[in-house]
Amino acid sequence: MKIVVCIKQVPDTTEIKIDPKTGTLIRDGVPSIMNPDDKSGLEMALQLKDEYGAHVTVITMGPPQAELILREAYAMGVDRAIHLTDRKFAGADTLATSHALAGALRKIDFDLLITGRQAIDGDTAQVGPQIAEHLDLPQVSYLQDLKFDGVKTFTMKRHIEEGYQMLEVDAPCVVTVLSSANKARYMSVGGIVDAYQKEVEVWGFNEIEVDEANLGLKGSPTSVYKAFARGLKPAGELYEVETDEAVGIIIKKLKEKFILN
Amino acid sequence: MDFSLTNEQELFQQMIRDFAENEVKPLAAEVDDLERFPIETVEKMAKIGIMGIPIPKQYGGAGGNNLMYAMAVEELSVVCATTGVIVSAHTSLCAAPILENGTEAQKQKYLPKLASGEWVGAFGLTEPNAGTDAAGQQTIAVEDGDNYIINGSKIFITNAEFAHVYVIFAMTDKSKGTRGISAFIIEKDTPGFSIGKKEKKMGIRGSATCELIFENVVIPKENLLGKLHKGFGIAMKTLDGGRIGIAAQALGIAQGAISETVKYVKERKQFGRPISGFQNTQFQLADMNTKTEASRMLVRKAANKKDKKLPYSVDAAMAKLYAAETAMEVTNKAVQLHGGYGYTREYPVERMMRDAKITEIYEGTSEVQRMVISANMLK
Ligand SMILES: Cc1cc2nc3c(=O)[nH]c(=O)nc-3n(C[C@H](O)[C@H](O)[C@H](O)COP(=O)(O)OP(=O)(O)OC[C@H]3O[C@@H](n4cnc5c(N)ncnc54)[C@H](O)[C@@H]3O)c2cc1C
Ligand SMILES: Cc1cc2nc3c(=O)[nH]c(=O)nc-3n(C[C@H](O)[C@H](O)[C@H](O)COP(=O)(O)OP(=O)(O)OC[C@H]3O[C@@H](n4cnc5c(N)ncnc54)[C@H](O)[C@@H]3O)c2cc1C
Repeated sequence: MKIVVCIKQVPDTTEIKIDPKTGTLIRDGVPSIMNPDDKSGLEMALQLKDEYGAHVTVITMGPPQAELILREAYAMGVDRAIHLTDRKFAGADTLATSHALAGALRKIDFDLLITGRQAIDGDTAQVGPQIAEHLDLPQVSYLQDLKFDGVKTFTMKRHIEEGYQMLEVDAPCVVTVLSSANKARYMSVGGIVDAYQKEVEVWGFNEIEVDEANLGLKGSPTSVYKAFARGLKPAGELYEVETDEAVGIIIKKLKEKFILN
Repeated sequence: MDFSLTNEQELFQQMIRDFAENEVKPLAAEVDDLERFPIETVEKMAKIGIMGIPIPKQYGGAGGNNLMYAMAVEELSVVCATTGVIVSAHTSLCAAPILENGTEAQKQKYLPKLASGEWVGAFGLTEPNAGTDAAGQQTIAVEDGDNYIINGSKIFITNAEFAHVYVIFAMTDKSKGTRGISAFIIEKDTPGFSIGKKEKKMGIRGSATCELIFENVVIPKENLLGKLHKGFGIAMKTLDGGRIGIAAQALGIAQGAISETVKYVKERKQFGRPISGFQNTQFQLADMNTKTEASRMLVRKAANKKDKKLPYSVDAAMAKLYAAETAMEVTNKAVQLHGGYGYTREYPVERMMRDAKITEIYEGTSEVQRMVISANMLK
């Protein structure tokens, strides 16, 4: 079995600050990490490798520093790492990002494509499903668990609002995985040492199969109207009282806000 | 000269910090309180290669270097000094002397199991009457055909209860003093070899410090480590390397105390403001951080020299001396800045202060480090 995992480098915080003047993210001083959902998806792939000897490739699109998460993936145990980077990809929104990734994926043979559900910086949860559409593959999003029958069928547990949905899907397919699905393994010390002796393949526009019009700023229909930081909530009121009285206070407050009547 | 970490080292630091924070820190208070050897942590460390960082891949190690090893001991000790010393004694005092002095057969036999963490290692030099004066060994090894027969005892041996392999020292020729000491490898279940009293300690309480007892222990000659009568040199060289580990442990303890203190002084309010607003607090913190960073530079320099195969014994002595005294000073200040709360077990600085003290004592007391450093100046 061959698996590809899309991984993205994101700033290590869910509370990224936004520059009030320019409306853009302030990334300075925020350490970068592998997106948590992607790390969970990578763990899923590595478990299939442990159990069925799957070959695992990771791919990321991003600036040169994004190489770090590819090395991290090597240190966790992947077999191949591809870094998509080209000026032509710059300024991509989710659609253009997914076009570039799909363009690369057309050049790679795989049975299962794993992406994270969403990236903690963009938070759109669009890239995985978009890739599936571009490649015309079946997709299952919000995965909590996946089992393989050893032949070609996956049994999947999909998180939905009211519970779970169980599905059987044949390879090849695309799944988007939740960070809660797996606790990712640690990189191993030996893996880190080796990671820097392995090759990270660098692919640009010429290495992938995609219409240039779909890439970068040109291929990005999204325009940011306004980005702003939500104002801080004022500190809550604290009551140190007996339970009965506390219940009374809560009910009164909920009525004041018209949540109860 | 470049003081920054490489990408590889940064990735390593990120991994080890993650591991320390998630796997080691949650157990630290309990391990101390119950004087419990954290065997489950050792198993987890084994799985990801922490028990064999500087051991070459050909012997089943991670193929890393001494700098990475020192960084690992530092980060582990930030949250739990017991865990730091378990790794340090295992790596520096058992795996390293086998790697550096062992025959190919010994390396093949012991290193893969030690590096994978399947076996834990220990080192037995100290005896009731041979501490700083390690030459005063009373344990004896007598040749007997293809074997040696060992009698005697060791005291204060780290990891003792949980180790499978011990590098120990014994007199093979009493008339020759330091030139009559030899090193041996002893396995756990050898008949006549037993673990004696377990010490109740001030700090690093989970590290299982015990006596080793040898009563007519018969070991084959192939367990002689290095040449006959060359054990004292092996012990001294091994301790040079070990001091990098202990210096890193001390550095980690100091760093841990600083992190806790910075958090605390911002939260604790007196006279209507956080105590971080007092200039005394600020100046104490500045001193704590400066000395800790200086320790870090000394530790990394010593490790780097060892990696480059340059003489490093004075560097290691300086790193250990300075880092240990800094750990003691910094943890003392950390408790002071925590006030009464710092004196209770509600906060980890109390444990850190107790843990710090040992770094001034084992693998050569601070006085011994001063002897090493000054002897080199005056020679
Ligand atoms: C409203 C809005 C406007 C934006 N405008 C711009 C803009 O003008 N210019 C700009 O540069 N950026 C812009 N971005 C950011 C950019 O769209 C996203 O960073 C990028 O397309 C990925 O989308 P996402 O973070 O929402 O990922 P999601 O769709 O949430 O990610 C889902 C999964 O897709 C995979 N994935 C996503 N991105 C990558 C990647 N690069 N490499 C590998 N796998 C990946 C991962 O597996 C991830 O878990 C904008 C984002 C938003 C929300
Ligand atoms: C928790 C713990 C773990 C240990 N782990 C190990 C281990 O794994 N393996 C092992 O072999 N040993 C181990 N030791 C032993 C440790 O290395 C010794 O305790 C240490 O070397 C000091 O020896 P001592 O205790 O006999 O003190 P002593 O040698 O009696 O020293 C007492 C004091 O006298 C000073 N002193 C001694 N000689 C001189 C001198 N010439 N000039 C000036 N001052 C001097 C010392 O510096 C010290 O302050 C451990 C000890 C402890 C407490």
